[in-house]
Amino acid sequence: MSPPVIDIQGITKAFGDREVLKGIDLAIAEHQAVALIGASGSGKSTLLRCIDLLVDIDDGDILLDGEVITDPSVSPVAVRRKLGFVFQAYNLFPHLNVLDNVTLGLRKGTGMSAAEAEESALKMLARFGLEGREKESSSNLSGGQQQRVAIARAFAARPRAMLLDEVTSALDPELVGEVLRAVRDLKDEGVTMLIATHEMSFAREVADTVGFLHEGRLVEVGPPEQVLEDPQDPNTQRFLRRLLEARRV
Amino acid sequence: MEATGPRPDRRAERAAAKRRRDRRGLAVAAVSTVVVIGGLIALIVTSPGWPDVRDTFFNATVFKESFPDVAEGFWLDIRIFIVVELVVLVLGLVVALVRATTLPALFPLRLLAVLYADIFRGIPVVLLVYLVGFGIPALDPPQGLLTNEIFLGGTALTLSYGAYVSEVYRAGLRSVHPGQREAALAVGLTEQQTMRHVVVPQAIRNVGPPLLNDFISLQKDVALISIIGVSAEAFRIAQIQSSTDFNYTPLLCAALLYLAVTVPLARMLDRWDRGRVR
Repeated sequence: MSPPVIDIQGITKAFGDREVLKGIDLAIAEHQAVALIGASGSGKSTLLRCIDLLVDIDDGDILLDGEVITDPSVSPVAVRRKLGFVFQAYNLFPHLNVLDNVTLGLRKGTGMSAAEAEESALKMLARFGLEGREKESSSNLSGGQQQRVAIARAFAARPRAMLLDEVTSALDPELVGEVLRAVRDLKDEGVTMLIATHEMSFAREVADTVGFLHEGRLVEVGPPEQVLEDPQDPNTQRFLRRLLEARRV
Repeated sequence: MEATGPRPDRRAERAAAKRRRDRRGLAVAAVSTVVVIGGLIALIVTSPGWPDVRDTFFNATVFKESFPDVAEGFWLDIRIFIVVELVVLVLGLVVALVRATTLPALFPLRLLAVLYADIFRGIPVVLLVYLVGFGIPALDPPQGLLTNEIFLGGTALTLSYGAYVSEVYRAGLRSVHPGQREAALAVGLTEQQTMRHVVVPQAIRNVGPPLLNDFISLQKDVALISIIGVSAEAFRIAQIQSSTDFNYTPLLCAALLYLAVTVPLARMLDRWDRGRVR
């Protein structure tokens, strides 16, 4: 059996005195989508950043396709080229047009020629419903369109896994749907994903596994129907009850 | 009270009220401008020494005579300004980038950059022009660039403005959101590529107006190199001409030429700034 694409083994991370991750274990198999839920500040974002080596971990290890990536001897650049990251606030490059946002990583990161990068980027943009927008400045686009450009940018180099950090949290409600459609499209293709999200119904629909993160610990991990409908941990129960109440009001 | 729907003439009423307000504002502005400016002019021309001042500073004949020479000198100023400015733009960026590195091996360079920025921002430009313009030739270097006043004066200006401009760039580098760096790293760029393709271009865009502001002061400060004997410079020519017949109109001539460059630059800067806010 092949090893999991991403294997997180007992990682911890503290910012100063504040322990954000207190020993996380989680494995994501090929073609699996894992949704991370939990309150703001529970460590979801930090966990994703640790995997993409944007944040150094304190203890434990992370493996990508069976190889340790959290070792000082490993080039973080090479690891990041195998992973796609989508940020909550899109973080598109405002000085570049839509097309160049996607081609920059392809040209500099994968050594593609400009023509190849452009061809591949145009395909990727079309796939996420952005054909004809490639020459525009990203600031002309709606939030939903910007986030789809960001997804195209992260997925353009065909990463081994996609890391999605609350990709709909900064969006107006009516724009959430189009971005979730883009994520669903990735899932249908069998892309391995780790998704931090506040969209419970989406987590239930797309994820094969849901993990509930509470104060830096994964207190409950299981299939969505179990974690979201019949949670065992009191913290998960409280979190989901609060969400339900908030929706009712 | 009787309940009524919106009155149909509300829009016209509001527009009329706005017109009245605008007209009143315009009238007040016009009257106060005439009073203030007119008062100042009246104060100057009615003062007892005005005829003398008019003859020594605003003499049309002298103006006509001196203008061609001063303008020719000014052309030298412009050329010096352009060369110095280009070097300053590069030097400032290099210093700012060196200060932004974190590699331990580059510590000595970083230290030098900090010392450079601190010291050269602290020395008055005039003093630096003297120091370089008289100090270096006093070391008896071989004849050539190191004894050329224009080169030495330009070097002094470059050193001084390079330090200022490096601080402007540094502010620009800090103004780029950290998410931009993260995003660049996440798409697989190295630290250097991230700086070059993502951070620096945005930093430069963010500091356009303050950079242009430094251009304007540099343009004026080019006149300072006249003090180390660059006799072909506009201000120096004006000075020499004024001292022959004690008429200062040539200086006014030089001042007008400077304004002809700095005022359009200042307007450009304003427009740029407004465009960015919008």
